[in-house]
Amino acid sequence: MNVATTIDWRDQIFEVFQDHDIRQVYHVPDAGHSRLIEACQRSNSIRTVPLTTEEEGVALAAGAWLGGQRAALLMQISGVGNTVNLLGLTKTLRFPFLTLITMRGDYGEFNSWQYPMGQATPRVLATMGVQIYSVDRPEDAKASVDAAARAAFNAGQAAAVLLRQKLIGIKDFAGTKSS
Amino acid sequence: MSTAVLRRRPLVKRVLAGAGDDLLVIAGLGSSNWDVTEAGDRPLNMPMWGGTGATVPMGLGLALAQPAKRVLVFTGDGDMLMSLGSLATVATKQPDNLAICVLDNEKFGETGNQATHTSPRNNGPTDSGAGTDLSVVARGCGIGDVGVVREEREIAQLVKDLRTRKGPVFRVAKVMVEKLDFVMPPQDGAHLKDRFRRALLGQP
Repeated sequence: MNVATTIDWRDQIFEVFQDHDIRQVYHVPDAGHSRLIEACQRSNSIRTVPLTTEEEGVALAAGAWLGGQRAALLMQISGVGNTVNLLGLTKTLRFPFLTLITMRGDYGEFNSWQYPMGQATPRVLATMGVQIYSVDRPEDAKASVDAAARAAFNAGQAAAVLLRQKLIGIKDFAGTKSS
Repeated sequence: MSTAVLRRRPLVKRVLAGAGDDLLVIAGLGSSNWDVTEAGDRPLNMPMWGGTGATVPMGLGLALAQPAKRVLVFTGDGDMLMSLGSLATVATKQPDNLAICVLDNEKFGETGNQATHTSPRNNGPTDSGAGTDLSVVARGCGIGDVGVVREEREIAQLVKDLRTRKGPVFRVAKVMVEKLDFVMPPQDGAHLKDRFRRALLGQP
């Protein structure tokens, strides 16, 4: 086993962000992204911006690109629903757009309320013309985020990395009481 | 009826007079776009043709990327109402180079002048809003420097505030409901983006 594969996949994603000179990272609170968000917050080269709703992140990324900076939006599936209209900007302005999405309602989900948006997420993204890079094994995370970032920043595409529930783990509510 | 006396086009023209390479302008979709374009289409304007709610966060992303340039956002009350949360997001970063001016005519102008929430409450069955004061909303979100401009004599100070005052600056200009000509910039979004970047960065 080489050294790279022993590093946590979330830290590897942070390295990919640095390799691609991503300077602005937008986020909502998210358990799946929390380690990456904290790494970005501690970074000297990255400005992090907390959002009130994920669609702000699409517009922020457009503004950052107008000003010559690369950005990434970290969100959950529910955020995909919130961004739909502004995802159209990635087509009209044709600017590079990279988003990392933590999945719920996907694999072993216990909460039925997560399923509608979780199951619709890949189709919603595809409908809006966003390319999808799906990751369900830790060893694939770095290469997939790198490929999505290349599609975005080298080829001007809108690219989404889906961090599947198989990868990030099933939220465990064992031991909690239900009425 | 709104009691506003300010006319949006001359106001925007005065704010943008003498705009140079250090002034980056984002104009919200609809009337704000036409106003900014009448003042003079220029590469360092990003006039929106769609994307309601995107204007202020786009200005924030640009302001963070270009801290040495002044970023000025013009938009309408309808667009601002759809993105009130973005004022809180602006406040988290306190960008000292960002100014936002809402041209508030208390109407959704592009769709037939329906009352927005900034219209007074008791304006009759079809014209009532909530009396929403966007400057109070902005202050509540954490933007300290806010104000409402209603009179012609306040415009000189408004120009100064929007162009030079330490940001984030948030101003509401109460403007008349007017029927004005469409003054349209190029529509192709990729072209608008590329010409902006070429003028600012030297490459599309």
